[in-house]
Amino acid sequence: MTGTPLLELKNVNKIFGAVHVLHDVNFAVHPGQVTALVGDNGAGKSTLVKTVAGIYAADSGEQWFDGQQVNITSPKEASELGIEVVYQDLALCDNLDIVENMFLGRELKKGPLLDESTMEERARETLASLSVRTVKSVRQGVASLSGGQRQTVAIAKAVLWNSKVVLLDEPTAALGVAQTRQVLDLVRRLADQGLGVVLISHNMNDVFEVADRITALYLGRVAADVATKDVTHGQVVELITAGRSGNLGLAPAAAL
Amino acid sequence: MSTDTTPTPGLAGSDFASDSHSAAGLREAGRDYLNRLRGGDMGALPATLGLLALVIGFAIASDTFLTELNIANLITQAGAICVLAMGLVFVLLLGDIDLSAGFAGATSATVAALLIRDQGQPWPVAVLAGIATGAVIGFALGMLVAKLGIPSFVVTLAFFLGLQGALLRMIGQGGSVRVDNEFIRGISIDNMPVGAGWAFAGGVVAAFAILSLLRHRRQVRQNLQHLPLSVVWFKIIGLAVPVLGLAAVLNTNRSRNPNFPIEGIPWVLPLVGFLLIFWTYVLTRTAFGRHLYAVGGNREAARRAGINVDRIRVSAFMICSSMAAISGIIAASNAGKVSASSGGSNTLLYAVGAAVIGGTSLFGGKGKARDAVIGGLVIATIANGLGLLDQPSYINFVVTGSVLLLAAAVDAVSRRRRSAAGVG
Ligand SMILES: Nc1ncnc2c1ncn2[C@@H]1O[C@H](COP(=O)(O)OP(=O)(O)OP(=O)(O)O)[C@@H](O)[C@H]1O
Ligand SMILES: [Mg+2]
Repeated sequence: MTGTPLLELKNVNKIFGAVHVLHDVNFAVHPGQVTALVGDNGAGKSTLVKTVAGIYAADSGEQWFDGQQVNITSPKEASELGIEVVYQDLALCDNLDIVENMFLGRELKKGPLLDESTMEERARETLASLSVRTVKSVRQGVASLSGGQRQTVAIAKAVLWNSKVVLLDEPTAALGVAQTRQVLDLVRRLADQGLGVVLISHNMNDVFEVADRITALYLGRVAADVATKDVTHGQVVELITAGRSGNLGLAPAAAL
Repeated sequence: MSTDTTPTPGLAGSDFASDSHSAAGLREAGRDYLNRLRGGDMGALPATLGLLALVIGFAIASDTFLTELNIANLITQAGAICVLAMGLVFVLLLGDIDLSAGFAGATSATVAALLIRDQGQPWPVAVLAGIATGAVIGFALGMLVAKLGIPSFVVTLAFFLGLQGALLRMIGQGGSVRVDNEFIRGISIDNMPVGAGWAFAGGVVAAFAILSLLRHRRQVRQNLQHLPLSVVWFKIIGLAVPVLGLAAVLNTNRSRNPNFPIEGIPWVLPLVGFLLIFWTYVLTRTAFGRHLYAVGGNREAARRAGINVDRIRVSAFMICSSMAAISGIIAASNAGKVSASSGGSNTLLYAVGAAVIGGTSLFGGKGKARDAVIGGLVIATIANGLGLLDQPSYINFVVTGSVLLLAAAVDAVSRRRRSAAGVG
């Protein structure tokens, strides 16, 4: 681990009613690196992402961004800091078209009116760079897109902006081989451009291919935060399913 | 394992080769349109066809229906419904409802009327105060719905009763306030000079044609998605024929007395036209309008996109009640008074019906300002036509109720087809 993290969570807790979803979570995102966030279903990965995105307020703990303590309380604040999120459930408006969705909340304007021309051009460029070959038109309603196309639109929406941190919550879950390739390349490219990238995935091949670091969540606790080159597939799978692997991971008491 | 053997697909703009130009011609555009209809995206078609059928039916059944005098009457009767419905579109877009809009309109109109009668205020002050009353009512509704999270159905039902009480308190049981201010009365009973009427109608058509053609040229030049030129012309003609036709009818002398000619476009028509154009621009060309659709389509997605959902919801209720105030003033202008029963009975259902018949969805996320006008004309035509045929008023209720039900059924079915066809 080198230098100050771009984004850092310290001792973050999140409680939904009776469910303690995040336990004293420490999590760091470094510039130029891909951090994989792994964990079983229900481990708290999406909750962690939504806490960073300002959708949920953490119940305790600190958030640091670019060396300064911040308190992200709304999605707008997150995007103003330069944090972009691709949500697991995509969060697209079915009644709007692709361009409208990609610029939602941050429409380009000419005076009081929308600048449709520029938005359409930039949307087309960004989508073309992600090779969405099967989309007939950028003015198509997103309701008419396939699952994979919708996912690509959600990703395109996140890379449209000059952001510093991009969090992708299972971005390849619905994608075919070629599109998955594109997204993994994109993830690597974003990190190589100096962004901090967080990739949530259940696919160990993808994780080992692009991630520099792996943070494993187990029942809302960080089981381990390790460099990818220091661990094997098997160790990570054990961390995910049991919370520990050899001398890595949670103390036996906590893990049970 | 590595999947690097898969060649990286090229990133060329050719990925959108089929996208940068439009449907090749009228025929292909027509086919696209048919496909959209089949997919449940009916737009204004059912209401327009319904209106045509009603007009033809009443024209056959009644000698007086198509006279210039009756058409002018119909237009003035439709004015208040169209404006109220236009306001309701904003609330319906969010998937909410405003049951109190009729009485909000009557209350606001009463405020305006009393300011003129009792305080001797000039009409602009009174009208602005009336609209402000509407805005305040809408603000209260919006805050209760957005901040407290009470369903809009309940909040506005409470206001439906409360405002009725306020109206009774201001006017008194069975009483009424006369509206004889020349300007306010003039909205309904005065007409534009014939020359001005022609200039207005011609100007609207010319402006629409020029803006559409310029837009088309810009889209072609910048290689953006665009309609075939033939379709643009089709739309221009589609606007020009009814607008100029109506101007011709209304600019004809419709008086029964040869010594007192009555001719010209009733002032209410340009008023509704202005509101229609204004709100269409707001809905389709501004970020605020875009956000309204987003909140109606997927509230959580809108919130995550950084949109202030509460602010949008409060604004929608404020627009609705302010438009209701304008509608109430138009209705007062038409009747020459506001009474304790103004805004009651079927006022609200007519307006909701108008919006839904025009194509606005009760499920939120889909609707246009235009829907209110087309649907409002359908409702006004039914009331007017049945009136001419001397039908007992229960028939009017039954027919209007059936039409509303039919429109809601079309809405529900086309929504099902849309989700089956995957069209938003
Ligand atoms: N809004 C909420 N209210 C109550 N409990 C919640 C809420 N959101 C998530 N949870 C709970 O928090 C836990 C973690 O959920 P989360 O969605 O973060 O898991 P995840 O790691 O993303 O899982 P997956 O791999 O299935 O996406 C689950 O037990 C879930 O039931
Ligand atoms: Mg998840």
